Amino acid sequence: MADEAYPDELRYHPEHDWVRIEGDTGTFGITWYAQDALGEIVFYEPPAVGTEIKKDDPYTEVESVKAVSDVYAPMSGEVTEVNEAVAESPETINSDSYGDGWLVKVRLADASEADGLMSAEEYRKLLEESD
Amino acid sequence: MTVAADLRRTSLYERHRDAGAKLVPFAGFEMPVSYAGVREEHASVREDAGVFDVSHMGEVETTGPGAADLLQRVLSNDVSKIDVGGAQYSCLCRDDGGILDDLFTYRLADERYLTVTNASNRDTDFDWLVEHASGFDAEVRDVGDDYAMLAVQGPDARGLVSGLADGELPARMRVAELDVAGVAALVCGTGYTGEDGVELLLAADAAPAVWDALLAGGAAPAGLGARDTLRLEVCFHLYGNDMDAERNPIEAGLGWCCKEDTGFVGSEAIARAREAGPPERLVPFVVADRGIPRQGNPVMRGDELVGEVTSGTQSPSMGIGIGMGYVRSELAEPGTEIEIDVRGKRRAARVESKPLYRKDD
Repeated sequence: MADEAYPDELRYHPEHDWVRIEGDTGTFGITWYAQDALGEIVFYEPPAVGTEIKKDDPYTEVESVKAVSDVYAPMSGEVTEVNEAVAESPETINSDSYGDGWLVKVRLADASEADGLMSAEEYRKLLEESD
Repeated sequence: MTVAADLRRTSLYERHRDAGAKLVPFAGFEMPVSYAGVREEHASVREDAGVFDVSHMGEVETTGPGAADLLQRVLSNDVSKIDVGGAQYSCLCRDDGGILDDLFTYRLADERYLTVTNASNRDTDFDWLVEHASGFDAEVRDVGDDYAMLAVQGPDARGLVSGLADGELPARMRVAELDVAGVAALVCGTGYTGEDGVELLLAADAAPAVWDALLAGGAAPAGLGARDTLRLEVCFHLYGNDMDAERNPIEAGLGWCCKEDTGFVGSEAIARAREAGPPERLVPFVVADRGIPRQGNPVMRGDELVGEVTSGTQSPSMGIGIGMGYVRSELAEPGTEIEIDVRGKRRAARVESKPLYRKDD
């Protein structure tokens, strides 16, 4: 498992999701904290390409041996690509949550939604306060 | 994550914390669910040896000239078959046959028996025994606080414990009093993983030293997460999931440990259920493709609801979704195709025979 990290170039959602914004595309995943809390992830079934997802709503699930956890959309948009490699090897979410462990790419509906998300520093503070 | 302050801790709590365990509330105790990770711990037990702290389990001692008769009255199995040094699995049932608990009873001496209960049923079981003890020349004592319990399980478990013990380990389903790592222990040839191994009952304050010796000897610490996946792969029942007071042993597939002719509490109802055949039966199943069944998922055939999942997980040994659940008896035959409704998604599954995991597969 990777060491705890929250890269500065990402935006964070309080339900422990991150988004990497490149133009009008957002790449979504779950944070180091989320994968650590879940433990070893053994199952991920991506949503279908073309699915419309809405900020703050669950768009998929990840499962550990013990539990199922909803994954929340940090921003709204249409799924344009899903990470099939992670569906095959879901443990990648544990080992590389910000890299190869990404979940979906989304054509963002409203770039301004990013303003309501947290910086890495703000997210770290949220984690400290909730401890 | 915060844990309620009134949770009890076992004498190994510091060991768990220092080993970086994830601790969760379980049956009123703060217990380790995993250390290195459920799959790694699971593999250690299947391939080498793992050690579980199961000190939260309850222990009830029944002694006296009438001890055997009292236990025969309340336990479903034939207690007269347990010789000194023997062990036996049975159910504790209500008068209507509903299962109050499943438990192991060890005969330590002629007139001395120790019964190990599920953690969550410790008080219920003790009260039940006391309530039924009138008229028997027997004393029933809750000795749960006296004992720590360590389960050492896996193909290397016996060799490991043997090297620490001052005598020969008991065979399967036997119990012996030995020193293990210099500590007096009841060594029981039982377990809950489908692997060979032993369970050690010993004084709570002496448990950390034995734990350390087992780890130094190569056992991997294993948590309740791996305990659950291991037992489900070999279809051992979990009380509260796979049976409860609303289920009788016949539908739960535990008729083999019910000897109705002993006249135990519940035996008449169970004899009737056995004769009539239950409307539903507990069956093991595997998911054909993708998906992890979970407790409470509906079992379907087309549009028809035909049962419910009582335990489900991803099998670490086989890499597929597995589970147990109650289905209509006519669907209990191995090979029957069923579907599991996993949060709105239908997953094709197949009823299997026990155990789901076999060593030689």
